[in-house]
Amino acid sequence: MVYIDVIEKLTILTAAAKYDVACTSSGAERRGQKGGIGNASAAGICHSFAADGRCITLLKVLMSNSCVFDCSYCVNRRSNDTKRATFEPRELADLTIQFYRRNYIEGLFLSSGVIRNPDYTCEQMIKILEILRYEYRFGGYIHAKAIPGADELLIRRMGLLADRMSVNIELPSQKSLQLLAPDKNKDNILKPMGLIRQSITESRTELVRYKSAPQFAPAGQSTQIIIGATPETDYQILNLAAALYKKYELKRVFYSAYMPVVEGKNLPSLTTKPPLLREHRLYQADWLLRFYKFDASELLDEKNPNFNPFVDPKCSWALAHLDSFPVDVNTAPYETLLRVPGIGVKSAQRIIKARRAGPLNFDGLKKLGVVMKRAQYFILCSGRGMEGLKISHDSILRGLLSDRSMQLMEGSSGEQLSLFDDTTVTRGDIIKCLTGQI
Amino acid sequence: MSDGPDLIYRYDGSFKGLMCCVFESFYQRETPLRVISHAETQESLFEIREVVTDNTKASRVMRAVVEKISGEAMNLVYSAYLSDLKDKELHILRFLRLGFKYGASVMRMLTDDTVRILNKAVTHLSNEAALLRGFVRFSDFGGGLVATIEPKNNVLPVIKHHFLSRYPDGCFIIYDKTHKLVLLAQQGRSRIIQVDDFVPPQAGNDELRYRTMWKRFYDTIAVEGRENPKCRMTHMPKRYWAHLTEMQTPPDTRPITDAPARLTSNNTPASGLR
Ligand code: SF4
Repeated sequence: MVYIDVIEKLTILTAAAKYDVACTSSGAERRGQKGGIGNASAAGICHSFAADGRCITLLKVLMSNSCVFDCSYCVNRRSNDTKRATFEPRELADLTIQFYRRNYIEGLFLSSGVIRNPDYTCEQMIKILEILRYEYRFGGYIHAKAIPGADELLIRRMGLLADRMSVNIELPSQKSLQLLAPDKNKDNILKPMGLIRQSITESRTELVRYKSAPQFAPAGQSTQIIIGATPETDYQILNLAAALYKKYELKRVFYSAYMPVVEGKNLPSLTTKPPLLREHRLYQADWLLRFYKFDASELLDEKNPNFNPFVDPKCSWALAHLDSFPVDVNTAPYETLLRVPGIGVKSAQRIIKARRAGPLNFDGLKKLGVVMKRAQYFILCSGRGMEGLKISHDSILRGLLSDRSMQLMEGSSGEQLSLFDDTTVTRGDIIKCLTGQI
Repeated sequence: MSDGPDLIYRYDGSFKGLMCCVFESFYQRETPLRVISHAETQESLFEIREVVTDNTKASRVMRAVVEKISGEAMNLVYSAYLSDLKDKELHILRFLRLGFKYGASVMRMLTDDTVRILNKAVTHLSNEAALLRGFVRFSDFGGGLVATIEPKNNVLPVIKHHFLSRYPDGCFIIYDKTHKLVLLAQQGRSRIIQVDDFVPPQAGNDELRYRTMWKRFYDTIAVEGRENPKCRMTHMPKRYWAHLTEMQTPPDTRPITDAPARLTSNNTPASGLR
């Protein structure tokens, strides 16, 4: 291996891959096999955290940043003047193994610009995965991105080698796609998605019949939506996500605050700040859909199509439904507890467990990890509320917000919030980088 | 039952030794002021009783815990023993007193302070173990992998299964500098031994190259415009940075020698259930 050459390629192809925000190695569980190397653990493992605070779990690179397409938001688009590089299949397979042995990574996240045509690109990617799986008998995690427009058979072959597959939607509507990604359209994105979903279902049924049947993308499929490059509302985006979860049984939808890297007449200007807070709210709402049994229509509607920047979606919902509160922690069912601000999945489970040993009081709840500052307005303990607490929409709002947010909200509402002064955001960031637990 | 306010138990630091302290305490119907291990030296005005580790007594206690409380309680106690909880021995003793009184339901008494303190310590242990599954950095020395960690909790017994599965045919060493323990693994078999010192060999050229490439990947993958030092620090606390290849500036390119690894050990198996 020519070292200088490889490090140069690695640099170019990492820089080109970093805007894909998927950051998990979760969803597959596999023990290491004799004669091979590598295992996979369902919860996923973060190996490091980059300067932007995001989890590094996979060697995330492009096979090539050459591309025959011309999506206007993308650095790799044909018409952009940038340094190009392409890994030889063996080069990248070897690098993956060497990083993996040193415990730098859980595996490989492989994507690519389109070299020559989608089929050729897919074949080259498959070569890399075959060296890993068959030659090295690599049991670690592989996330492969399907190339829209590639032959069905190739996508099926890829899925049998990968743990997770993804097809990025990128833009939340057909109109925006037309505007910014003229070589793509809704159909050639949704077609591979449907194919992957179908293959996953088939493979599961096969598995029931023959234990040794090869598994198709056992960790499921995911996608990414860019936020803020186009004018869609949070309501539209969340509905799209909910539909994707339902129709395509996606494991995850990732949201990526648009970061201007290239200039374009239909794009926000280069000085636009990425809408990080908005991205954060979408992740919180996504979490509510997946783990808290909320429905998209409960969180937003046509009249209120965007999230409140000052209050998280769960609190917003609770404030709008004060008539459903307070709930008694000693009798409320699990699903109801989950809807209380300040009670998460873990503390709800603890409450259920602990109250079997005896009734809980406010002091006990604190010990169980309930965030009383939030929860106090919404709960009773054996019929009694927290002493001396005023309960009205305004007093609650005042209690839930940090002083700073309150000032900002009362002042000009258009002002940019400083993200990192707000403690709830930092916690949310944790959640976002996490690999599947709250 | 009498409290022994002027009595201290001393044991060999092993889990079985601790179980014998439990035996002693129940048998003598007394609660010592402290339980210390041989590693701790304490100038004391109080009487120190040496509790000798005896396999039979230890097994009797362990069986009783499983039968009269639950297997879950046994796991909690063993995990708490691996944690860095201050005076963990005494907390474990208190927990077992509660457990023998209330039976299996002690595990649900989450608001009781004794139960809560143990649970918290165990959460701390599992969290650190989870972090270290990712943060261990191996260097390759002619096919063998060597890593050094400096955890607060005694995580080796917790993380070893993961690494044995990750490298089913591999030969690797993880040195826990805090507890002076070494996990030796070869072909899926492993043991943990106590050492006085461990010095890994110097890195060869290939090793240095991969370190440089990893550091380059790390520096390149962050998205500029989204720097978030606070978030990074929350997830990857600074105390782990010393052993993270990517956090060394410049990358660790110390001169290369052929000096072999040195392991100083009296070769006694370390404490713990195996
Ligand atoms: S096809 Fe992919 S790599 Fe090519 S320009 Fe479009 S987004 Fe970029």
